[in-house]
Amino acid sequence: MTISIDPQKANNESLQPKGWLRYFSFSLDHKVIGIQYLVCGFLFYLIGGTLASAIRIELASPISDFMPRDVYNQVLTLHGTIMIFLWIVPVVNGAFGNYLIPFYVGARDMAFPRLNAVAFWLIPPSGLMLVASYFVEGAAQAGWTAYPPLSITTPQSGQIIWILSVLLLGGSSIFGGINFIATIIKLRRPGLKLMQLPMYCWAMLGTSLLVVLSTPVLAGTLILLSFDIIANTGFFNPVLGGNVVVYQHLFWFYSHPAVYIMVLPAFGLVSEILPVHARKPLFGYTTMVFSIMGIVVLGLVVWAHHMFTSGTPPWMRLFFTIATAFIAVPTGIKFFNWVATLWGGKISINSAILFSCGFIINFVFGGITGVALAQVPFDIHVHDTYFVVAHFHYIVYGGTVFIIFSSIYHWFPKVTGKMLNEKLGILHFIITFIGFNLCFAPQHWLGLNGMPRRVAEYDPQFQFVNQISSLGALLMAISTIPFLINVFISVINGKDAGDNPWNALTPEWLTSSPPPVENWEGEAPLVEEPYGYGKEISEQK
Amino acid sequence: MTTLDSSKEIQKNNSEVKETHEDFRMFGLITFLIADGMTFAGFFAAYLTYKAVNPLPDGAIYELELPIPTLNTILLLVSSATFHKAGKALLKDKNSDSQKWLFITAFLGIIFLICQLFEYFHLPFGLTDNLFASTFYALTGFHGLHVTLGTLMILIISWQSRINGGRLTSQNMFPLEAVELYWHFVDGIWVILFIILYLL
Repeated sequence: MTISIDPQKANNESLQPKGWLRYFSFSLDHKVIGIQYLVCGFLFYLIGGTLASAIRIELASPISDFMPRDVYNQVLTLHGTIMIFLWIVPVVNGAFGNYLIPFYVGARDMAFPRLNAVAFWLIPPSGLMLVASYFVEGAAQAGWTAYPPLSITTPQSGQIIWILSVLLLGGSSIFGGINFIATIIKLRRPGLKLMQLPMYCWAMLGTSLLVVLSTPVLAGTLILLSFDIIANTGFFNPVLGGNVVVYQHLFWFYSHPAVYIMVLPAFGLVSEILPVHARKPLFGYTTMVFSIMGIVVLGLVVWAHHMFTSGTPPWMRLFFTIATAFIAVPTGIKFFNWVATLWGGKISINSAILFSCGFIINFVFGGITGVALAQVPFDIHVHDTYFVVAHFHYIVYGGTVFIIFSSIYHWFPKVTGKMLNEKLGILHFIITFIGFNLCFAPQHWLGLNGMPRRVAEYDPQFQFVNQISSLGALLMAISTIPFLINVFISVINGKDAGDNPWNALTPEWLTSSPPPVENWEGEAPLVEEPYGYGKEISEQK
Repeated sequence: MTTLDSSKEIQKNNSEVKETHEDFRMFGLITFLIADGMTFAGFFAAYLTYKAVNPLPDGAIYELELPIPTLNTILLLVSSATFHKAGKALLKDKNSDSQKWLFITAFLGIIFLICQLFEYFHLPFGLTDNLFASTFYALTGFHGLHVTLGTLMILIISWQSRINGGRLTSQNMFPLEAVELYWHFVDGIWVILFIILYLL
């Protein structure tokens, strides 16, 4: 059965608001929704960043003087939840996925445009709920993991609002995942084979599979947790015969894949950016595809490496250590492929490629500490210390957030038709890179020497290193200023970009900047070689 | 696969391009049901882990009787068959027959829910009595929610199929097919739930 679509009716221009107002409407245009995701996510990033600064100010001195201890716990909970569920996941999946995937598969929109708009509009209200939960009595203070019994022992209205908000965000994530899978598998332009898709499509396909398979388990877990809080059941309450480790298993069944949900799309985006600015084809396309799918499969069976100190039996430790170590293989393949893509290329030094290279450096460091953390003896030593904090931020900030900035520099000309200022962009990169490494590299040392995480006070011998770390955090906060100035100046008064300022070959650059409502004036172009750089023009399709 | 090339009957009047593509709503629904199934999988995993690790405390009552759930299993299996009949009838443009079968299916669903509530009221344990009682109510309750939603959707499509040439016809089977797939999914989950909760 086929459906006939009437583009004018599906996206009736007379019914949709124009100009900036459309970003506040229930628009069905995937490009509008992508920008909605990005701007909304960035606003929450600013909130989460403010909270991070508050944490680092508190930790500049060994006593708890900037805020009371319980407020400190609430702040770090809110920081983690906002950054993960409202900044990283929506932006790296929702924003870039919505904007780019329809171009890459040669479609005019996503497979289910209405579901897409619903998925976005779930985010602002649940985000506001999450922020509001901080101001209610009994705000969530069990960390973003919400481990029982801490999250259920005291009756907490804030914790319930927190759970509700995360459930809604999970729903939004699942709707998005269904949409991406259907778009990539079913909505491809005729003649476009799977193995000709740009790498970001593969990354999003893998990510969406993880979203669809693991997010519902988190939803079920949080429903049981809220029963424990509201109805006084004992699923996770040892006093009532429950079992806290079951919560940890179910939680990490989602939340370990969640790390790949946060970083796989970044893998895809960097694979789009590097070939364009190095003027070389992406090295090892097929191995990239298989390593993404390998990470998806392995990512689902490694969750208990977060629980080596939870009384896991030896066979379980052995299995999860080995499985986790195996993930280093596909990840290593991707790392070497990126380096080989850059190798011998005609690299133009600009903000986009600087942030991408920053990603490669930070990510390989975070990856190495990840392999170290998979080893049981080492993990037991540094469990719940600042070493884990450093590892996690090297992956998620040094990895994913660097790629988000890199992608903004890369695709800003397409979205707005204006170039960003390169000098401000490079300044942004330098401050971010130095600030980030200054902030998180010393935390490895702190963790190895036994400074626990999630505690407002610490041994005075750690003060100097903590102050270095706080200085880095200050630099990271400052680094946002040149970025924001850059965006505002360029939107108003930027240099005209033209349709294809980078001379890129992927399909989104083959239309005007900014693209028209239905992406292409005529039929969608067939791009069989999205990475065919360095070949004669006559050979190109 | 999209059928853009086969749809070269693209009508160009006043630059209004009309394109067709394959209907992939069913594909989206299947993806959603996989996600929904994973929620149940999480619950089942939790229940089985409790069974393996957490023994029932002394004096705790957790006894289930088989007659009502067995009747419920039969009800749901029969309702799957009657739903199938409704689809067959609609395919032959027999709307009134189709509507009749849909009503029977919805009726079976309602009987199922009544039996379930009857069982709830007569069980010797309540929601917070012990771990297994809580898990029992959470699992059957979550499934019952699915049956309730399914029954409502069946009533809606039976209303839509009331006349020839209405919203639901042999040319537009999707609403019926979608609800049917969902209903079979809910039945399948019940069978697994019946085996795990009552028989194991």
